[in-house]
Amino acid sequence: MIPSSNPVTASDVYAADNRSKSNLALVRPDASPAEPKVCVRNLSLSYSSTKGDRLLALDGIDLKVRTGEFLCIVGPSGCGKSTLLHIITGLHHPTSGSVSVDDKIVDGPSTSRILIFQELGLFPWLTVADNVEFGLKMAGVSSSERRDKAAHYLRMVHLSQFRESYIHQLSGGMRQRVALARALATEPDVLLMDEPFAALDAQTRDILHDELERIWADTGRTIIFVTHNVREAARLGDRVIVMTFRPGRIKREFLVDLPRPRQIEDSLVAGMARDILEELRAEINKSLEQEYRHQP
Amino acid sequence: MKPAFRQLVFYALLLAIWIVVARLRIWPPYMIPSPRGVFESLRAGFSDHSFWIAIVISMKRIAVGYAISVVIGIVLGLILATSDFLEQTLGGLMVSLQSLPSICWLPMAVLWFGLSEKAILFVVIMGSVLSVTISMEAGRKQMPKIYSLAARNLGANGLKLFFYVLFPASLPYLVSGLKQGWAFAWRSLIAGEMIFVSLGLGQLLMMGRDLNDMSQVVAVMILIVVIGYIVDGLIFKTMERRLQDRWGLSPAS
Repeated sequence: MIPSSNPVTASDVYAADNRSKSNLALVRPDASPAEPKVCVRNLSLSYSSTKGDRLLALDGIDLKVRTGEFLCIVGPSGCGKSTLLHIITGLHHPTSGSVSVDDKIVDGPSTSRILIFQELGLFPWLTVADNVEFGLKMAGVSSSERRDKAAHYLRMVHLSQFRESYIHQLSGGMRQRVALARALATEPDVLLMDEPFAALDAQTRDILHDELERIWADTGRTIIFVTHNVREAARLGDRVIVMTFRPGRIKREFLVDLPRPRQIEDSLVAGMARDILEELRAEINKSLEQEYRHQP
Repeated sequence: MKPAFRQLVFYALLLAIWIVVARLRIWPPYMIPSPRGVFESLRAGFSDHSFWIAIVISMKRIAVGYAISVVIGIVLGLILATSDFLEQTLGGLMVSLQSLPSICWLPMAVLWFGLSEKAILFVVIMGSVLSVTISMEAGRKQMPKIYSLAARNLGANGLKLFFYVLFPASLPYLVSGLKQGWAFAWRSLIAGEMIFVSLGLGQLLMMGRDLNDMSQVVAVMILIVVIGYIVDGLIFKTMERRLQDRWGLSPAS
């Protein structure tokens, strides 16, 4: 197994190709490289299976995420990447190891780290605006301030006209935007996203990539983004981590040192995605093998 | 418009058949009353206030009994939902008790409380509390876990988590239980009132039997159906419709 401390920068590989684009403005705010925002130390998680034996889901994860970094995690399904996000959020406890944010150990959920679930978890009994205001309401923020903040973030995701709608009246892409606005409204330091765009059509996904990149640049949030889509990872991430199939370990990391704003069809992004996919393929094969073996 | 028209035609036809059958006088009026006779009974009943008094007494009883069973049912359902042990033991017992017609509680109620209001209330509560309990418990159990995870992440806990998330998230289940509970409460009440003399619509029905007055029997039956239908249509249908509009649930579910 290749150790995780072996970053390959895309700009090394594609230096020649990069030259023509290097004068494009980098929109990402320059974050301080010194202090990591999120620090995952030797984290493992095991659980009892239905048959009664112990299964190791995550094994010795070490991970540092800089303030303002956009980190993508890719891995085959069943590698525990969602579980890792739940643990960082504080909704799940690890078997051993720890997560700290700003040097404080995480031992429960907090509005400074908001997870956007794959299924979103928007509240169908509330309007769009009430969904966005929810976190503020729980924090006891006054209703006028809540309204202002919700309006601000709804404008940011281009949903101002839909503030009084209910969730079921919105399309998939619009629901994603509500979830994003709801997460941003509590002004978290760290935004965790669990395959948020997996169920969307390609066009909608492209648009949301652009918007997420813009919002990330504007707000300076630290983002940890889990996906199984290597192109998406190369399109969005400053760094991409590849995880192994069961137990989940960090296999390798890639620095995606490409100019922003990026496009998913950029040749540099596509090239990077190819490299990541090569690393990931062996793990995907392992997960498929396991699946076939379980079939009668 | 179309279903309403169909219903109109259907009831007109039903009435026409009834008129014809009553006119043919195959059976005496104390077995098949004429529509006119029933109408006269209704008119007489309302004009001498006996129907009004019966309706007010019955509605008072059901309001008290139903309110108590809603409170008990919600609390009990929430308690059951907290543990698998309680659900499998007490919850299982509740489901099996639901197959017991609530009027079967009457002998017990009479022995405990005597021939009193309390006995009737007891029957009404026993008739409806199980529906409310079971639906509240199902609502809490079936609620997608993601709602509470997302809410906790957004800073909700304790009572706030309950009032702003867990309770509203289980409303679709609870409302159907409330509706079913109401229907059972209404039936239990009428049955209870029929069995021991205590005013109310049930007793009016039995009085019709004692007087061999089939017109009054049918008139009171119509009254019971109409009141049940109005409450169901006015309160529960509105609640369901509002919920469906918000949640985007299809009317079928």
